[in-house]
Amino acid sequence: MTTTTRTSTATTTPTASTAATARPVTPAGTGIVVRHLHKRFGAFHAVKDVSFEAQEGGITAILGPSGSGKSTVLRMIAGLERPDSGSIELGGEEQTNASVQDRRVGFVFQHYALFRHMTVWDNVRFGLKVRKVPWDESFKRVRDLLELVQLTPFADRYPDQLSGGQRQRVALARALAPRPRVLLLDEPFGALDARVRHELRRWLDELHRELGVTSLLVTHDQEEALELANEVVVMHLGAVEQIGPPEQVYNEAASPFVAGFVGAANALRGHVVHGEVEFGGGSVPGGDHLEDGTAVHAYVRPHDVTLTLQPANGR
Amino acid sequence: MSARAATAPRLSASTRRRLVHGGLIGGTYLFVSILVLAPLAGIVVAAVQPGWHVWSSTFGSADVRHAFLLTAVITVITVAVTAVLGVVVALVLARDRFAGRGLLSAVVDLPLAVSPVIVGLAAILLFGRGGWFEPWFTAHGIQIVFALPSMVLVTIFICIPFVVREVAPLLQELGTGEEEAARTLGASWLQTFFRITLPNVRWGLLYGVALTTARALGEIGAVIVVSGAIQGQTETATLYVLRAFDQNRDASGYMVALSMALVSIVLLAGIEICKRKEEKELAA
Repeated sequence: MTTTTRTSTATTTPTASTAATARPVTPAGTGIVVRHLHKRFGAFHAVKDVSFEAQEGGITAILGPSGSGKSTVLRMIAGLERPDSGSIELGGEEQTNASVQDRRVGFVFQHYALFRHMTVWDNVRFGLKVRKVPWDESFKRVRDLLELVQLTPFADRYPDQLSGGQRQRVALARALAPRPRVLLLDEPFGALDARVRHELRRWLDELHRELGVTSLLVTHDQEEALELANEVVVMHLGAVEQIGPPEQVYNEAASPFVAGFVGAANALRGHVVHGEVEFGGGSVPGGDHLEDGTAVHAYVRPHDVTLTLQPANGR
Repeated sequence: MSARAATAPRLSASTRRRLVHGGLIGGTYLFVSILVLAPLAGIVVAAVQPGWHVWSSTFGSADVRHAFLLTAVITVITVAVTAVLGVVVALVLARDRFAGRGLLSAVVDLPLAVSPVIVGLAAILLFGRGGWFEPWFTAHGIQIVFALPSMVLVTIFICIPFVVREVAPLLQELGTGEEEAARTLGASWLQTFFRITLPNVRWGLLYGVALTTARALGEIGAVIVVSGAIQGQTETATLYVLRAFDQNRDASGYMVALSMALVSIVLLAGIEICKRKEEKELAA
């Protein structure tokens, strides 16, 4: 019995892989445009030259492990953190130095950050109240939003009387109430258990389809990013590793890190021989772009591997 | 012998535990009764015993009324100043990271460690005859020592830690999440402070204010040094009690002491309520 590895999607990268280059940013965007952001906390370089664009009306995900700087990028876009250099545009307007208050972003926090001394109703209404929206208009808006997040019967409750999933729905309604230009979600499902997380994810997808607000989602959960987003920005150690649609990031990883982080992958160490990667037990295609004899790591998705009982390669 | 030992009643483990706990609880009650309740009862008895004519003569006296008024004025000013200052200092201590933060935190506790008499002496050194700031104030015709300003000043100094020590840990526990949420929703920092931060720490702040009030009402050590305890002028309620005993007018002294004790008991009840609300809110 031998193992045959058949794959059409194996990604190969030279062992001495050069850093992946981000896709060039076009200046025409009206969603979120971020250029050359840098941020240091003391000696720690948290965000290194991050540039990307979140398409108007879409969901863009920033995907990366904890400590990759993804939340810092989001907080800089919201104005909660000031970048050391670089620029931020929201809806076509330069906002790099605008105050948090004036940016009109909706921010959803991992731990909800609901106002604990206010009812659900007052939480959602807060953003309208501080912006002095007339009473009847804000009443209607809050009522509609609570209906949208299916929490109308809970309007008089306090946050501590709600479940985690309900709290996050309140947080979302609250963020949407002042009609933000963009919606920023910082690990919104991170504090929830798996079942609720799946439910909320599907629900957020539907909600987004309905509202179409430009959304930027920060997550360490690759499944979440691939399922929800139409564009994924993979971050690692403060820098962008790859930007692309979910299928591209998954199937054509630009770096060993992306291959390993976005979905499970088996690393095979070998050499390029006639466009194929030869490793100890056989060979996989995908090395056409490399010269013969180059030492490479080939990454193979487990579901692309088929186990058979037939002897492979005539052996 | 052995037969007797076997038949002797032996206590089970749970009974023994109950006895030990019962003993401890009983001991605690005894301790609290002797140290706290007995003196209180003594004051009540001593104040009520001589009859109601003492009540009318005591509270009819202009000196007593002035003493209560003075105590009230000092307490109100102290509470107002330490509440505002306390919240500001607590915010700085809880939110900002800066050089000397540890030192500031320690300095805030200083009034708890220093004897009030020393606080009073320090005030005399600064504002009394020949003090650093005395020439300037004298030139402007403002009397600090042996007058209300110094009495307020030392009381404020002594009461600084209470609000800070209640509010700072609370702020730290709460974190900045809600404040950041408010900012992204379009609130200015003033709106954020008054609508989010302050309501969130309100029970801790009230607790601190209650402690401050109790301390300001009862303060005597520093005040006696800076006030000169001039009858009808710089004599607070506590100083009046002291003088009443000096002049063998015990009944009148007990009467004033009892009324102050009653205020403290009401405050204590308020403090308990605040504490519970605060705990409940933090648990949420």
